[in-house]
Amino acid sequence: MSPESNMFVMIALTIISAATPLVYAAIGELVVEKSGVLNLGVEGMMLAGAVSGFAVAHVSGSAMLGVLAGVFAGMLLALIFAFLTLGLRASQVATGLALTIFGIGLSALMGQALIGIAYEGIPSLNIPYLSDIPVLGPLLFQHDLLVYGSFALVIAVSYFLKYTRAGLIVRAIGDSPEAAHALGYPVLRVRYLATLFGGACAGLSGCYLSMAYAPMWVESMSAGRGWIALALVVFATWQPGRLLFGAYLFGGITILQLHAQAIGINVPSQLMSMLPYVATIIVLVLISRDRGRIRKNAPASIGQAFHPTK
Amino acid sequence: MIRLEARAEPSKLMGFAAPVIALLVTLFAGLILFALLGVPVGKAFYAFFIEPLSSTYGLSELGVKAAPLIMIAVALSIGYRANVWNIGAEGQLILGGICGGAVALYFYEVEKWYVLPLMTLAGILGGMFWAAIPALLRTRFNANEILTSLMLTYIAALLLSLLVHGPLRDPDGFNFPESRLFHAAATLPIIFEGTRLHIGALVALLLVVVGWVLLSRTLLGFALKVNGQAPRAGAYAGFTQNRLIWFSLLFCGAAAGCAGLFEVAGPIGQLLPNISPGYGFTAIIVAFLGRLHPVGVVFAGLVMALSYLGGESAQISLNLPVAVTGVFQGMLLFFLLAADVLINYRVVWGRRGTAGRGASL
Repeated sequence: MSPESNMFVMIALTIISAATPLVYAAIGELVVEKSGVLNLGVEGMMLAGAVSGFAVAHVSGSAMLGVLAGVFAGMLLALIFAFLTLGLRASQVATGLALTIFGIGLSALMGQALIGIAYEGIPSLNIPYLSDIPVLGPLLFQHDLLVYGSFALVIAVSYFLKYTRAGLIVRAIGDSPEAAHALGYPVLRVRYLATLFGGACAGLSGCYLSMAYAPMWVESMSAGRGWIALALVVFATWQPGRLLFGAYLFGGITILQLHAQAIGINVPSQLMSMLPYVATIIVLVLISRDRGRIRKNAPASIGQAFHPTK
Repeated sequence: MIRLEARAEPSKLMGFAAPVIALLVTLFAGLILFALLGVPVGKAFYAFFIEPLSSTYGLSELGVKAAPLIMIAVALSIGYRANVWNIGAEGQLILGGICGGAVALYFYEVEKWYVLPLMTLAGILGGMFWAAIPALLRTRFNANEILTSLMLTYIAALLLSLLVHGPLRDPDGFNFPESRLFHAAATLPIIFEGTRLHIGALVALLLVVVGWVLLSRTLLGFALKVNGQAPRAGAYAGFTQNRLIWFSLLFCGAAAGCAGLFEVAGPIGQLLPNISPGYGFTAIIVAFLGRLHPVGVVFAGLVMALSYLGGESAQISLNLPVAVTGVFQGMLLFFLLAADVLINYRVVWGRRGTAGRGASL
């Protein structure tokens, strides 16, 4: 392989690994928001998933069990959120913030003993012949299963929301819970399920960070990715396809800092680290300034509590 | 079966009782957590809640920690009443520290009375500038202030790190990422000799009074409350949403910036890569725990300050990780939000319809 194509493959691979956790976290939150719930606790759920996944994988030696534990941890935190906001009708904004603060603290507490432990990472796919093709092999056939899973999940969610009856019900509940309730659809149950799905996805996203991207446990290792995922949902105007594009765009921006020095750009590392956050703000502004488009695409009842007895 | 039944009117009593209930439940849950971690419960309780309060120095430290929390939370309460969700106070605090600290370093060789006022002004302006960005983006471009203000917090932290690793680093500091120590004219006067309690504590109390007058005695405060509870009614009354957004954010930026300057000119005394143990985030909990009321915020600020001190003391005497503090704070907010349901609903045992009066469900 020539050095150029070698470099190209390396950059492409780092973009994919930087984008994958964003894809998981954002696609989960997209479904949550489609059902009319705004869960600002993505960051907390990610960290809970990251620490649980890493811990279980380290103790059991099984990546599969680790991922399951991470998903479970994300769902557990999402359940707290759902109980407070859907069961007790607490403010979604305040509860989401509480979830993030709690998740950061809890994961730091649980992860005390895990700091500095090395982990070999989730095993990558190795298909005879296919994985060995130059350039295309490493690009398409040498990832771990979570990378392929993220694409499958986006396609599945897109299909679910667009073409299935259940997806239509989720959207209806997000747009007009009163009407959906009047038609006999279980608004709260659907919102519970959507919120749990979001928790599972955030947990998966955290698993990817601690078990494949890093792979190790560092306190607060998500570094704002949960919030960037929230911004990505707005950026995508609640459409899964655009979300995938957005996640890869941000993945590209994130890895600039890794390759800037290799290319010979000599900028302080802090400035490069600012890029994803600056980009998030810029992207939010560009999308949000078009109020009409936001109003057309945003779930109409997002963030509002629903009182089924009314 | 347990179920919730709407009250005819929100319960005033429960408005006061909910934070107390939440605190007690958090305490209980915390003791269970300690037991699960294998820590002797009695010893943990002592380290967390009694030891920090059993000396004059401990009490003064409570004031040191509570001052920034109260300052920021008073300002946040005002914004939250108007549904302006600024969660980037931490970033505004950092900017205040950077700008005020930069002034102190600029006047490194000038030990005059005017240095500290200039620093304070710079800190306030720095915080306001950082808060003006989400205000502009929200009012001009409709961008969600929750996300923008939080992103700016990450940027502020990186900016501080950049500066103390570079231009503001102590030239005689062997390349450590620290600034020079501020001289006496650039540090805050101490209230009690031998402690770290600085005049920031008095400023915090002053801000409480300002916040209370603003909210309960001025038209602006009324407009903030109306727009928070019923934006349409506010619009009919002629209260411009944009002006309230600007005011809420700038006020909070000023308070947080000032708090940040007080940290670097008070307990820290120089610029470091990390100047706050998350005061800007904890202040969010303080604001809610204090019922978004300036007076309530004082009590809540003291409670949360104790959670920091308790965390430090438990770290020293029991070797518990500092992260316990974060778990406590998150749990407290959860329990508070759960207890708040009692304000608008009563808990009824029994089946629907057999509950007697008020069963209008």
